[in-house]
Amino acid sequence: MRRLSKILAFGMAACMAATAFVGCGGSGSSSDGSNSGGDSSAPDSSAVASGDASKGSVYWLNFKPELDETAQELAKMYTDETGIPVKVTTAAAGSYSQTLTSEMEKSDAPTLYIIGNSAGVKQWKDYAIDLKGTKIADELNTDAYNLYDEDGRLVSIGYCYESYGIIVNPDLVEQAGHKMEDIKNFDTLKTVVEDIHNRADELGFDAFTSCDMDDNSSWRFTGHMANLEYYYEEGGTPWTEAPASITGEYLPNYKNLYDLCTQNSLTDPKDLATGGHDATKEFCDKKAAFHVQGSWEWATIKDSVPNAVMIPYYCGVDGEEKAGLNCGTENCWAVNSKTSADNQAATLDFMYWCVTNKDAAQKLVDALGVLPYKQVPESTNAFLKNAADYTAEGNYVMDWATNYQPNVDEYRKALVSALNAYNADQTDANWEGVKTAFVDGWATQYAAANG
Amino acid sequence: MFKKKNGSTLRRPLRKWGLLFLGPITAAFAIGFIWPFIQGIYLSFCKFQLISDAKLDGFNNYIAAFSDATFLHAFWYTALFAIVSLVLINVLAFAVAYALTQGIKGSNLFRTVFFMPNLIGGIVLGYIWSMIFDGILSHFGTSIVLNSTFGFWGLIILMCWQQIGYMMIIYIAGLQSIPEDMIEAAKIDGATKWQTLTRVIIPNVMPSITICTFLSLTNGFKLFDQNLALTGGLPIVMQEGGSVVKQTEMLALNIYNTFYGSSTAARGTAQAKAVIFFVLVAGLGLAQLAYTRRKEVQQ
Repeated sequence: MRRLSKILAFGMAACMAATAFVGCGGSGSSSDGSNSGGDSSAPDSSAVASGDASKGSVYWLNFKPELDETAQELAKMYTDETGIPVKVTTAAAGSYSQTLTSEMEKSDAPTLYIIGNSAGVKQWKDYAIDLKGTKIADELNTDAYNLYDEDGRLVSIGYCYESYGIIVNPDLVEQAGHKMEDIKNFDTLKTVVEDIHNRADELGFDAFTSCDMDDNSSWRFTGHMANLEYYYEEGGTPWTEAPASITGEYLPNYKNLYDLCTQNSLTDPKDLATGGHDATKEFCDKKAAFHVQGSWEWATIKDSVPNAVMIPYYCGVDGEEKAGLNCGTENCWAVNSKTSADNQAATLDFMYWCVTNKDAAQKLVDALGVLPYKQVPESTNAFLKNAADYTAEGNYVMDWATNYQPNVDEYRKALVSALNAYNADQTDANWEGVKTAFVDGWATQYAAANG
Repeated sequence: MFKKKNGSTLRRPLRKWGLLFLGPITAAFAIGFIWPFIQGIYLSFCKFQLISDAKLDGFNNYIAAFSDATFLHAFWYTALFAIVSLVLINVLAFAVAYALTQGIKGSNLFRTVFFMPNLIGGIVLGYIWSMIFDGILSHFGTSIVLNSTFGFWGLIILMCWQQIGYMMIIYIAGLQSIPEDMIEAAKIDGATKWQTLTRVIIPNVMPSITICTFLSLTNGFKLFDQNLALTGGLPIVMQEGGSVVKQTEMLALNIYNTFYGSSTAARGTAQAKAVIFFVLVAGLGLAQLAYTRRKEVQQ
């Protein structure tokens, strides 16, 4: 009997020990970085070529939730075809930085991840191989979306590009008695928008969709629309790194367009801080004729408004009749420099396959729009076609200077807060707060990020 | 003799197997708490992007933490919040517990109802309450993220709603453990209801008060998810000299925002802030425990 209880006690203790260890396995491996990829035996970028892809594996930490399904399909296709394991994890919207930080600590850290802007390059350059001379880099048809560090190393390469502006439903504009051709600059846009808003009850639709300032939507104004100010401030010479301060010279133009959107929309400016509206649905339901968004919305919009078009941010700048759309990307692939040479080789092969295999490239094009690679099929995205048409007509492309926003989350949060105060009471005094957040906030966050 | 024998029979296997039973939990505690804690202290003296690549950086992180205006603001804001919530939660929880031990009909139902908010997670609560508050405030053309006063009291209401039920249960247990004869004796001696409450009941529930004040004080200081979900630190005010102050940002959220918000150098600063934060919460918690323990009476 005593023997039996001894055995029982021992067994139970062993079970408890096992449970305890299983329970803290996660925290043990994530907090203990000693076995992560950062050891001295990790290869540097020069060792890439020596890796054996067939012995490696790929772990892609995806940044765009809307790409997740396609990425998972690609992973399965590639594994079926080559036998090389590909794992895809998608970070929740707005938490890429947190997810990347914790994933990179692990022993099976991502081999393929995203460095999307200059701030990202500063933080992660030591963890990215130089992609110059790789097969995937040779497939690119433009250098425009690549990111280099200060030593000239190619740390990340664009895998798609996007455009944003004002999406318009031409049917509704015509229903209100206007023509799309009439909209050529801010004044003509304003005439149409205000007319539609004033007659909203009679027409059954309004001018702009809701311009919510909650986390799901505020980036359309603090990130994208803010780009018009930065772009014109660049004065034709695109920034190559974030300036320490900005002047806000074109902030009145930002105000023009922001006021036009918020004062002529389905939702009263006072209710924007709370948010909770689905602006895209409003547009698809034809409740509004104008919608501030980007080319990635095509997949959602195309069935409801098949003839939707995208027009530039007209904001009252001289010569804006020749403006085009805002084109750029934050979708840039980087390969982990701390992972094994085999994994690096496997990852580079996988990237190459994504943009050269017919089926894979088609899937990516369907999901992302235009890919800047030589062998990919043409996109069916109408908004990206609009962007190309503007360029073909000799209009200027507005580059994504917004990617240089220093300490981006903090900068935008302060801007949202100031815009909330302004929307509650749209006075000049409250606009001063926006100006402070926009201009002084830049210098403050630049200092914080580079201090 | 028999007693001694019996005692040693019980004790011997305990001595023998004690380590085995203590082992798993000690190991789990070491892996899940002690080791990360030591590593955390080490990292507060380092500069790092990933913790596996940390490089020693002296006291720079602590200097940066103490000279950060947002950290100091968050500290005072958190202190104010912790004190106000401590008082309100405990007074209300005690009142509810007292009322529900007076033999009212349906006491059990009320106890369940009051306890239920505690079962909902902080983030969910934060978002639900932000909708409730904004639903009301939008009638007055404002929002909880526009005014720091609303943000403060909103968070207090939320925490009271969530915590009162939990503390109530502890107080009820305390109240029920007071011997009936003691209260009866007070009655016979001619004590009023108020005198019975202040002279007999409260001294007897001091152990409950100790634990409840300890929990609400540390909860107040450590609050994170509700703060993140309800206001996220908004509104933000830019001060002269360029520092940005999030008016409703508490200490834990400030540490989180520092870690993920700024440059690589800021990660060490956030770590230093976390160590300061630990010392502060542990110190306050222990001081409070020592103080209230002295007030406890032996029955």
